[in-house]
Amino acid sequence: MIKVDNLSKSYGSIEAVKSLSFEINDGEIVGFLGANGAGKSTTLKVMTGFLRPTSGNVYVDDLNILDHEREIQKRIGYLPELNPLYVDMKVFDLLKFHATIRGMTDKQFKTALERVVHDCGLSGVIHRTVGDCSKGFKQRIGLAVAMIHDPEILILDEPVTGLDPNQIVEIRQLIKQLGKEKLVIMSSHILQEIQATVDKIIIINNGELVAEGSSEELIASAQGLAQLTLEIQDADENAIQEMKAFIPSLSIHTLESSEKSSFVTLEYANTSDPRKEIFDYAVKNQWSILEMSQSKTNLEDVFRSLTQKGDQGNA
Amino acid sequence: MRNTFVIFQKELKSFFNSPMAYIFLVIFALVTGYFFTNTFFLYNQSDMRALFSIVPLVYLFFIPAVTMGLIAKEKSVGTIETISTLPIQDRDVVLGKFLAGYSLIIIGLLVTVIHYITLTFVGTNVDHGAVLSGYFGLVLLGGVYSSVGVFSSSLTENSVVAFIIGVFIVLVFFLLDKTLIFVPDALAGFVQYLSVDFHLSNMSRGVIDTRNLVYFGSVIGFFLFLTTRVVESRKWG
Repeated sequence: MIKVDNLSKSYGSIEAVKSLSFEINDGEIVGFLGANGAGKSTTLKVMTGFLRPTSGNVYVDDLNILDHEREIQKRIGYLPELNPLYVDMKVFDLLKFHATIRGMTDKQFKTALERVVHDCGLSGVIHRTVGDCSKGFKQRIGLAVAMIHDPEILILDEPVTGLDPNQIVEIRQLIKQLGKEKLVIMSSHILQEIQATVDKIIIINNGELVAEGSSEELIASAQGLAQLTLEIQDADENAIQEMKAFIPSLSIHTLESSEKSSFVTLEYANTSDPRKEIFDYAVKNQWSILEMSQSKTNLEDVFRSLTQKGDQGNA
Repeated sequence: MRNTFVIFQKELKSFFNSPMAYIFLVIFALVTGYFFTNTFFLYNQSDMRALFSIVPLVYLFFIPAVTMGLIAKEKSVGTIETISTLPIQDRDVVLGKFLAGYSLIIIGLLVTVIHYITLTFVGTNVDHGAVLSGYFGLVLLGGVYSSVGVFSSSLTENSVVAFIIGVFIVLVFFLLDKTLIFVPDALAGFVQYLSVDFHLSNMSRGVIDTRNLVYFGSVIGFFLFLTTRVVESRKWG
């Protein structure tokens, strides 16, 4: 379990993280979201002991980062942002170096090596120099380094940046699989990626927590409206306007008519679904619905509304 | 201690994985060899003073060059973040890196032993003790300059800047006793004690005094301590 308690971190006069608190339980995959400069990386750097908090603390089980830095570092596997690696080393030597620093014996290293080579798909490059590997492989090498000591906690700062769609799917599957037994925190600003991978999302903006929950919860709690676009034939505008009286939850956003058909955009609360009623109403009036498409509030809208609202509040 | 050794091993390996170590060793051997032999037969003396006076000069530029990347490169590539979040002390990292740079310097010095072998063949009445203490002095001097080099490497993420700072600091140590005539009498003794030349000249004559050993040891310790503090300071950045 990780508990971030009232964490603040300033760089000089700039407050990167302000009184941030959240908890993450074992076996959870958590997505850490925020615009660039929101304080994601700073928070992760404090959690790994690279930076000291200005105030507040980070707890891992019953240990805290101020007093038990080494103990916590032993339990964490960390993939820093931009995946820095010793490019002049062979992949094998790099993994061996990290294993030795982590206090693993040769025998333990051998087993661990087999595991990470299998999980991260490194068998082709194990004797290559890190600098000669492609970006996708480097990213996997970075993950392998973070996983070599089989840590309880994995902290991955933007693990899929710069990968192609196939590689993203592979890494996503790997993270999902790891998340079954480990606590995984991954930051990203690729929302689809987060939505597809994680159990829980934490959104921060200007160093403050703005939302926390599963992606469904976040979308539901956002006070967004769903939109429905309709193309209807054989309907006159007045009749369409009257539809509001029969289905009260609706409001008509736009209404345009051409010679052949009418284009209507309807709005209604995210929580309701009046599509069946609209269909029945159309049948009753003998309209032909040529197209009906719904666009719901998605995570992207939630993210934008939360992080932009914060910006305005700050200005 | 084990962690220091692992870092040391990694750094030394990385010197020899790149052309760095070989270029250093070859050029060091050529430069010292040239300056030693071009006067060796003219002087007609069976000693190695010529070598012992040229090596400190060569060190002025070579050691900062060897050590300039040790920490600066970690900072510029970002691996400082990986290595600082491993469960090891910052001082283990600093010490391991210092020892790796220092070892390369000592290996370079070992190459010059070939001149000593030449001397024993062609020379007469060689003062082996003086040669030995002279070498010992150069080893200690290499330690001082390496610690300065590691320190300057920790100050910046730019290796070239680290090199320039390193050369500047070792130059101060080197030139200190040449400035004595400008120093008030009351301070002269102190300034002289700080300069490396003062301690080195004793040793190249064959005199090993504990005062000299204390001097070299404490300067190395001082710079390694400073380096560790600089590396740790990232936490409050």
